[in-house]
Amino acid sequence: MDLAALLDCLGSASCLVTQTSTGLIVGALLFLVAAGLTLIFGVLGVINFAHGSFYMLGAYVALSMYRLSGSFALAVLAAGVGVGVFGLLLERFFMRRVYGADVLLQLLVCYAFILILDDAVKIVWGPNFQSMGMPETFQEPPLLIGGGVVPVFYVYLMAAAALIALVLWAILSKTRIGKIVRAAAHNPSMTSALGLNTSLIYAGVFAFGGMLAGLAGGLAAPVRSMSPGMGFSILIESFIVTVIGGMGSVSGALVGALLIGLIRSFGSIGFPLFVEGTMFFAMAVILIAKPSGLLGKAVR
Amino acid sequence: MSPRNSLPTLARDSAWALVALAVLLAIPFLTSSRIVLDFGIRLAAYGLLATSLNFLVGYGGMVSFGHAMFFGGGAYAFALTLQKTGAGIPAALLVALCFSALTGLVVGAVCVRLKEIYFSFLTLAFQMFLHSIILTWTSLTGGDQGLTGGLPRPPVWGLNLAEPVHLYGFAVVLAVACFWLMRALLQSPFGFTLRMVRDNADRARFLGIAVSQVRLTAFVLAACFAGMGGVIMALFVSGAFPDFSYWTMSGEAIFMIMMGGIQVFIGPLVGAAVLLLLNDAISRTTEYHGLALGLVVLLFALGFKRGLMDFLGQLWAGLHKPDPQAQPGQER
Repeated sequence: MDLAALLDCLGSASCLVTQTSTGLIVGALLFLVAAGLTLIFGVLGVINFAHGSFYMLGAYVALSMYRLSGSFALAVLAAGVGVGVFGLLLERFFMRRVYGADVLLQLLVCYAFILILDDAVKIVWGPNFQSMGMPETFQEPPLLIGGGVVPVFYVYLMAAAALIALVLWAILSKTRIGKIVRAAAHNPSMTSALGLNTSLIYAGVFAFGGMLAGLAGGLAAPVRSMSPGMGFSILIESFIVTVIGGMGSVSGALVGALLIGLIRSFGSIGFPLFVEGTMFFAMAVILIAKPSGLLGKAVR
Repeated sequence: MSPRNSLPTLARDSAWALVALAVLLAIPFLTSSRIVLDFGIRLAAYGLLATSLNFLVGYGGMVSFGHAMFFGGGAYAFALTLQKTGAGIPAALLVALCFSALTGLVVGAVCVRLKEIYFSFLTLAFQMFLHSIILTWTSLTGGDQGLTGGLPRPPVWGLNLAEPVHLYGFAVVLAVACFWLMRALLQSPFGFTLRMVRDNADRARFLGIAVSQVRLTAFVLAACFAGMGGVIMALFVSGAFPDFSYWTMSGEAIFMIMMGGIQVFIGPLVGAAVLLLLNDAISRTTEYHGLALGLVVLLFALGFKRGLMDFLGQLWAGLHKPDPQAQPGQER
């Protein structure tokens, strides 16, 4: 507990800028993962406990692609597409079979995939920590804003996440596809009665959610070290984000992710040993005050 | 009521418990193999973890994905009390029990009001919280190295728990006592209220039952029994490790009850035994434990979709159809 340091930081512009930028990139990555999670839950009614493994897979695919091609843009793209395709296969062959079933069975299938994917990564990429290193494009002197240091990559990362968020919002609220997806989330049997193939919608949403997690993994690759099992901590954090924001609400995921990102980055100064604790505390408070989350609808 | 229920259930269950205890305590006289005794001790620990989880899942309809937090919590509370205070085994047991009950009360108070999927991952989140405390509070818990240095084991009731046979006896007696108590609770009016809340919470509420209170009571009880499993585990490994409260432990517990069956009381125990044997076989043959176990879990979840004992129970019910009113799974 170091409240003096926290107050010092809040009083100085440079520390404020540095911590805010760190918090924002944590939040941006969390948002991409949580948005997929919440979308899948909103439409399919399934909690994808293997979602963190998608993020891990994205990071590793990006690593390989970057080493192969030297292009970071290509690496991120490969991560998104690769994990999206993987999500599609997972849904078609496995998840589809447990939609109507007990939560226990859904848990078990995801549990199996977390175990399998962690070991698969160990076999393909090795059990040790790996890092991509900062791509050359971004190896420029950091920006100085109000005395605070902001690496150039952070700016690109935030821009990329903001762009993806915007596209996601546009698809969901402005296009016909978005309308269909919202209809399927609201009333699947009515949607299928109107002649829309809900099974296909489910597969598409699952793949899309996987793609978002893959993109997040790819974008995070330069600033995070990779190891098998890295997916699980982000899974827990994105759960907290979706609970805070409201399950099934994408805008809620955005608010929740930024909140958690800032709590993490400022919490690491104020309560270095209790960062996780502050997140759980925030979640418990919100749950008690508003069980459906900040922007969630009443629990179905 | 079918004829075989003519004996009062409590008396019948007590008789079963005594028979089981006698058989289990006779085993060391027949074989002195360490493998058998070790398996018995581990089964006592994991069987308690799985059965207490089924107390929530099978009878309460609360799918907890964080149940191992009480297993780990009990193990750490017990081991730390022995190491730091020099207290006796009974006192440490009491501390572990109180710690489990208290964490169960706090976590349960937040979680039991939530719908099933929220409940599942909130319990998971709390478990990871406890796990992260264990990892970061290095000065107390030893961090990721675990609580090493061995446990002092003051003699208790003439038993020397450093002796494998004595430890086996202690674990068996504690486990059978816990199993008997769980069974008695589940066959009591409280147990049937819990089933009713599981089946239709609204109807129970209309009948004037305080649903959250019933759920919370079950949650705290299950936490205590899982804590006792942790105590046995701490004695077995002479310490406590962060893995005890990691999510994989909860995942294994869920797999145990799914594999053994959630509709029969001893199903989870059978599942625990099968998973222990399976884990040992996998560890002997491959270093990719997760991959192999994952494939087995997947095969099981998509293939069988129900537990071993549930399957046998249904088979049995199909063979003996005494009266048309008796439905399979009625006597849960």
